[in-house]
Amino acid sequence: MAQITMTQALNLAIDEAMADDPGVFCLGEDVSAKQGGGVFKVTSGLTEKYGEHRIRATPISETAIIGAAVGAALAGQRPIAEIMLMNFVGVCMDQIVNHAAKLRFMSGGQTPCPMVIRTTTGVGVGFGGQHSDMLEAWFAHVAGIHVVTPSNPADARGLMRASIDANDPVIFIENILCYGLKAEDPGPGYRVPLGKAAIAREGTDISLITYGRTVLDALAVADDLAKEGISVEVIDLRTIAPYDEATVLASVRKTGRAITLHEAVRPFGTGAEIAANIQEKCWDSLKGPVRRIGGTFSAVPFASHLEQAWIPQKSDIVAQIKASVGKV
Amino acid sequence: MAQIDRDKLLDIYTRTMKVNRTDEKFRELLMGGKVAVMYYCVRGQELVSAAAMAALEKEDYVVCTYRGQGEQTAKGIPMEKWWGECLGKATGTCKGKGGTMHITDPETGIMVTTGVVGSGLPIANGLAMASQNNGDGRVTLVSFGDGAANIGGFHEAMNMAQLYKLPVIFLCQNNRYGEHTAYADHTDSPNIATRAAGYGMKGVTVDGNDVHQIYPAMQEAVARARAGEGPTLVEAMCYRMMGHFFGSDFSYMPPEHIAEMKAEDPLPKLRQVMLDYQFTEEELDAIVADIDAQINAAVEHALAAPLPDTDEIYKDVLEETA
Repeated sequence: MAQITMTQALNLAIDEAMADDPGVFCLGEDVSAKQGGGVFKVTSGLTEKYGEHRIRATPISETAIIGAAVGAALAGQRPIAEIMLMNFVGVCMDQIVNHAAKLRFMSGGQTPCPMVIRTTTGVGVGFGGQHSDMLEAWFAHVAGIHVVTPSNPADARGLMRASIDANDPVIFIENILCYGLKAEDPGPGYRVPLGKAAIAREGTDISLITYGRTVLDALAVADDLAKEGISVEVIDLRTIAPYDEATVLASVRKTGRAITLHEAVRPFGTGAEIAANIQEKCWDSLKGPVRRIGGTFSAVPFASHLEQAWIPQKSDIVAQIKASVGKV
Repeated sequence: MAQIDRDKLLDIYTRTMKVNRTDEKFRELLMGGKVAVMYYCVRGQELVSAAAMAALEKEDYVVCTYRGQGEQTAKGIPMEKWWGECLGKATGTCKGKGGTMHITDPETGIMVTTGVVGSGLPIANGLAMASQNNGDGRVTLVSFGDGAANIGGFHEAMNMAQLYKLPVIFLCQNNRYGEHTAYADHTDSPNIATRAAGYGMKGVTVDGNDVHQIYPAMQEAVARARAGEGPTLVEAMCYRMMGHFFGSDFSYMPPEHIAEMKAEDPLPKLRQVMLDYQFTEEELDAIVADIDAQINAAVEHALAAPLPDTDEIYKDVLEETA
């Protein structure tokens, strides 16, 4: 099979969904051919195939974009709305939280809202404090939304397809630093079910629970520590909310130790919820406290060395694992 | 003066009185302590809602606000389901989970009732966008108040609707108050409809208490939307004759404002038009009596209806929990 980048994987998933279902359409800033197919080229080539009604370039109007997606979803279509950078969700939170997430419930099940909100973010590219945040915890705290993020091209293809299929809103987070990753194309029709984590690497000493770009860090650290005789199990959640609790708990019951890891700031992060849940449900299996690793509790800084210091360090992951397994 | 077809006028009158009698009944129940729920009175705005709904087809979509009783009942939500929802019963449109601020009934086109001022406009665009995409010929009407004209989503939605020539009608019910703040204290421009020009959109201001103004304006806006000529902003001047919500103080309304709105009350005016069109007092009274009987039966049904099962709090969160 051919190698594809994550950008191509997302493009292929959207393309085949649009070919299969005339109700699928994209809208967002700069998404059409006239603007080059999206700022990260994810919708490149689709305007030529499906026309400007189905690849709608919008004004810079996040509330109108998400509102339009909500309305179209209520009418039975499957919009894929792009919020160019994740920090811009601050502009349209009312539409996401008060409407997309709640309309199924508040209508007693009459008006589900099948829509995907694609958004991009990531620390490490020098975008500064308003273009870099991972804000998944905001959405994980709201009932009625799936929160999804892929760590590799195959999952990107499969998760995007499953997200478009879903009959509820999905926040689909794409990490800028992952767009260029290459891997084998899983092929047409590939789907990764929502709510199913992947065991990215099996291990026996400790469970490292993460998602998105930090899966790469986790795997690299696990490689290094294997040489020192520490066996790290890496869990890639893939769906952050509602997450695959069964896989996480089974892993921790096996290893007896757990660390949560995410790029988002540590306080009140998704890692805190997962850690609390593990401690409630796996207390008898635990050999020590569940630890949490996350970004620094400040705005993402600009200067490159500050930015690198801000994100969770591989050295910190190593240190926390060693402290946890008692090999300091 | 544009003439209105006699049958259509009767239709508008019937819808208007349905809105009014529902409002009266609701206030009676609240005052009698029979029910205790949030309710946003529509007294004074009955004709605007009725004329707007009379200009639509059954399949057309409507997005309204917490003060949406007029659109909801005039569009034709079955009364038992409407009252059931307002009383938080399992027989309600939303199984008692939405309530007075979130009445939803896709069967009659009531797609969203939002409790957040100005949030309906962007959603209406999406419903209209779906119709534009799939060519189903529907139009979408979104109703909101003058207060909503000052929130960001209004501007984003108006610009987008005009840009794409969406089949949508923006109905601003200018009832002179945004929550408890008088129009002059929240807006300096004399009208909302003039804002349409800023988006290249057609905008009109009409007297919402005069059926010969409001209905033709709605008809034209609907026709334009249906013909693919794009959106219209219709500003219907009207009065909110009660406080922001039932029971809220409205002593802040100046006496001259109260006198003005009493003089402009749409109901006696509409009744006079009906008499001018050779309907008799007896015919009109019979219509109201019939509506009252329907409402009373629906209220009795709703009062006797079962409460939703407590398991409902876990249902309809995601498809998996449906």
